[in-house]
Amino acid sequence: MQDNLLSIVTFLPLVAALFALIPDGKSESGKKNAKYLALAATIATFVISLFILVEFDASNPGFQLQEEGEWMLGLTYRVGVDGISVLFVMLTTFLMPLVIWSCWEVEHRVKEYMIALLVLESLMIGVFVALDLVLFYLFFEAGLIPMFLIIGIWGGKNRIYAAFKFFLYTFLGSVLMLVAMIAMYVDAGTTDIPTLLTHQFSSDTISILGWHVVGGLQTILWIAFFASFAVKMPMWPVHTWLPDAHVQAPTAGSVVLAAILLKMGGYGFLRFSLPMFPVASDLMGEFVMWLSVIAIIYTSLVAMVQEDMKKLIAYSSVAHMGYVTMGIFAANQQGIDGAIFQMISHGFVSGALFLCVGVIYDRMHTREIDAYGGLVNRMPAYALVFMLFTMANVGLPGTSGFVGEFLTLMGVFQVNTWIAVFAATGVILSAAYALWLYRRVVFGDLIKESLKSITDMTPRERMIFAPLIVMTLLLGVYPSLALDVIGPSVENLVHHYDLAVGQTLSDTAIAASH
Amino acid sequence: MFASDIAILLPEIILSVFAMAGLIAAVYTSKDGMAPALVWITAALLALMGIYIGLTGEGTQVAFDGMFINDGFARFAKVVILLSAAAILLIGKDFMQRDDLLRFEYPVLIVLATVGMMVMVSSGNLMTLYMGLELQSLSLYVVAAMRRDSVRSTEAGLKYFVLGALSSGILLYGASLTYGFAGTADFAGIVAALEGGASLGLIFGLAFMVAGLAFKVSAAPFHMWTPDVYEGSPTPVTAFFATAPKMAAMALLARLAHDAFGSVVGDWQQIVALLAVLSMFLGAIAAIGQTDIKRLMAYSSISHMGFALMGLAAGTEQGVSAMLIYMAIYVTMNVGTFAFILSMQKDGRHITNISSLNAFSTKEPIKAMALLVLMFSLAGVPPMVGFFGKYAVLLAAVDAGLNLVAILGVVASVIGAFYYLRIVYFMYFGEEREGIDGKMSPLAYAGLMAAAAIMLLGVFNLFGVDGLAEAAAATLVR
Repeated sequence: MQDNLLSIVTFLPLVAALFALIPDGKSESGKKNAKYLALAATIATFVISLFILVEFDASNPGFQLQEEGEWMLGLTYRVGVDGISVLFVMLTTFLMPLVIWSCWEVEHRVKEYMIALLVLESLMIGVFVALDLVLFYLFFEAGLIPMFLIIGIWGGKNRIYAAFKFFLYTFLGSVLMLVAMIAMYVDAGTTDIPTLLTHQFSSDTISILGWHVVGGLQTILWIAFFASFAVKMPMWPVHTWLPDAHVQAPTAGSVVLAAILLKMGGYGFLRFSLPMFPVASDLMGEFVMWLSVIAIIYTSLVAMVQEDMKKLIAYSSVAHMGYVTMGIFAANQQGIDGAIFQMISHGFVSGALFLCVGVIYDRMHTREIDAYGGLVNRMPAYALVFMLFTMANVGLPGTSGFVGEFLTLMGVFQVNTWIAVFAATGVILSAAYALWLYRRVVFGDLIKESLKSITDMTPRERMIFAPLIVMTLLLGVYPSLALDVIGPSVENLVHHYDLAVGQTLSDTAIAASH
Repeated sequence: MFASDIAILLPEIILSVFAMAGLIAAVYTSKDGMAPALVWITAALLALMGIYIGLTGEGTQVAFDGMFINDGFARFAKVVILLSAAAILLIGKDFMQRDDLLRFEYPVLIVLATVGMMVMVSSGNLMTLYMGLELQSLSLYVVAAMRRDSVRSTEAGLKYFVLGALSSGILLYGASLTYGFAGTADFAGIVAALEGGASLGLIFGLAFMVAGLAFKVSAAPFHMWTPDVYEGSPTPVTAFFATAPKMAAMALLARLAHDAFGSVVGDWQQIVALLAVLSMFLGAIAAIGQTDIKRLMAYSSISHMGFALMGLAAGTEQGVSAMLIYMAIYVTMNVGTFAFILSMQKDGRHITNISSLNAFSTKEPIKAMALLVLMFSLAGVPPMVGFFGKYAVLLAAVDAGLNLVAILGVVASVIGAFYYLRIVYFMYFGEEREGIDGKMSPLAYAGLMAAAAIMLLGVFNLFGVDGLAEAAAATLVR
């Protein structure tokens, strides 16, 4: 088992999805069986994935637990994890059982729902473990299919528009990446990611239709990858699909989208853009950081005026992802450490926030902020949980949200003080919209007639939140738990990055002196 | 010498003799009464010949002084043509029977068209090329108008005939120019005449012949007949049009480009690349507004031909192999999709409107899932096999330096994804309304399921098709 641990973790949910085809989706017992099967499969996946953590040697910056096999068209099936990817795998396997459990009350086409979620889990894990360009692309793109269906079938009123927008937006972004990947294959002669990480793509200035492209091939490839990951992330100004998708998606869909799917963009930057095109990243770094700052401030302001809870949290996600991209392109140890930490933390926190919305949505069937108020009187446990995650979202010290924001700001400060200053205002703005949301929903008098009979969280709901609370606080007070795993790989990445950028700079200096 | 030539042509001869025998037998016995049996026998024979060609024959054999070439490339194309023709005959059998269209001429004409295609892909001379093409086309004109009492079907047949004759004329004109300037109709001779660059007359000849063949593969801007003919013909005939003849015409184009004009790749590369880009975009954009699924598939096939042409435009061995992979996948997807379209009906009437798929997934979850797989495969979304076809041609194009064509291609594929998603949208997101019954004949059901399974399971190793296509391409491009 040790030899193909990663493959087992990746494909176990997919195998379970095949078994989930068997029960009769229309009968009561069939629905129940599908749910139990999905829950058992995701828990089993999580338990097995713990072995990855056991086997993983955090002090080794290279790829571990590698597997290799023949594939077709000159491609290889190759998987492995390093310090950057291993925690994303764990995040996925950790969250999926909770996601499945959270849709226990769903009645509409349950069997298909479970199948879609299981397939999606496989594809998401695949993205993080793939070590071949085309294999990565395959998982990256294939994830669109179940998500398209989840939004389209189980979503809200305007779900069809949202589903199409989600699919076509992300599809357009990623096909350009496909062409770039092919160009990389043609240039380097391999699609093997570890080899490509050591391959130097040309950064000599080239001229296209009279335009001088500084950074040459690297810049062009970088832009193609950026198109894909910026949409996925999502970065301002290509974030507009996200609020639509979030609002229309069912709770489980929103949680998966916010907690895991968005992380693929950040992971992509770290796996491809930064190490493979260092010169282009260096050229574009400033630009990306400014975009991130705009995203942080702009979407925080937009979040403040939202009337729909999910939309508000969606915009806050865009703002938080702004910290991530900013940290990544600061390209130093603190910045990247912080970006990865922020992504992991955001996975728990935003996932939990969407679940919080789901709790009251299941009871009242509305996400309008105005429809609520004074919930603390009838739902004290809910008020407590919601407050904890609101604070984590704001970045209160002691919660995991603080560590990520602090580290990214520290990383950026070393590169550009002004960017750090503007980004820091986002911390205040996030406090403003998050606390205001909390006040309007939870505090005040319970005057709305419809809320008079609302019930507090059921034991099932409490149990779902428990692990999330533990992780948020644990990472908040003991961040080394994650940072020790991330550290060596990031150090290696930064070292290579500085070397490559320095090399090119000195080359230009030599050329200039002649 | 003669005996060995005959041996090389054996499969074609067997099929021709079979067609004649079938014709005579049916005329002198129960006429249409024996048509169902004849369909079964024909399909079996076609499949048998496909397997026979696939398993036997090694190296390159030349018959009749280079008029007829049986190499790995021809064999690959023939296997695809024969197997898809057999599959289409079977999945369409119940449709034809129900509509009282199953005349004994139908299988006979299909066999003759297939023989024509086999001659096309094996041609080593402009004369053989034309003979094969015309045998195929004449048979197809007739089957397009099979439904004699329907105005649309006869219109489709007539339209196809007029435009087909025009394209044959253009091709013939190009062929005569080529013959005039090269002094020979043999491909080998044309290559020799091209040494030291192509003369203007030869380039004209080449351009006219490519245009004529572009008609046959329905590449834009020579695509106008496609939607009308697809819509008007009986659906099994449409299914046939969308599969085997496309493979044959594409293979013929590749053979002409590489065997006869292989030394002047630069001269035809631009034409083919332009055809590819136009087809990809036209197919993708024009299909968006379609409500009739047969018209939609017509535009879809135009777009797919664009992608296959992109592989060919690369002008390399890799490009030819990518084109073969793409076509094999395309044909399989179309067999599956048309198996479904054939069974779209309500209260005994055929329906081709897309909105009749409304909420189909609640009624028939398994069939809906199979069609979903095919739609995503047609859109080229991984992990479906359709993606690997796209990947192969894009790789060939970028490797040959056609970066812009590749980028335009993927943009077109995003536009095209929209209408495939629309079908999924009707099936899965639609409100429950009156829609199709969802009944399928066992043969069509088998075709749909087999195609969907291939699209999913091919992710493991493409069933080895990539290796076979590479070997086939190596025999063509030297």
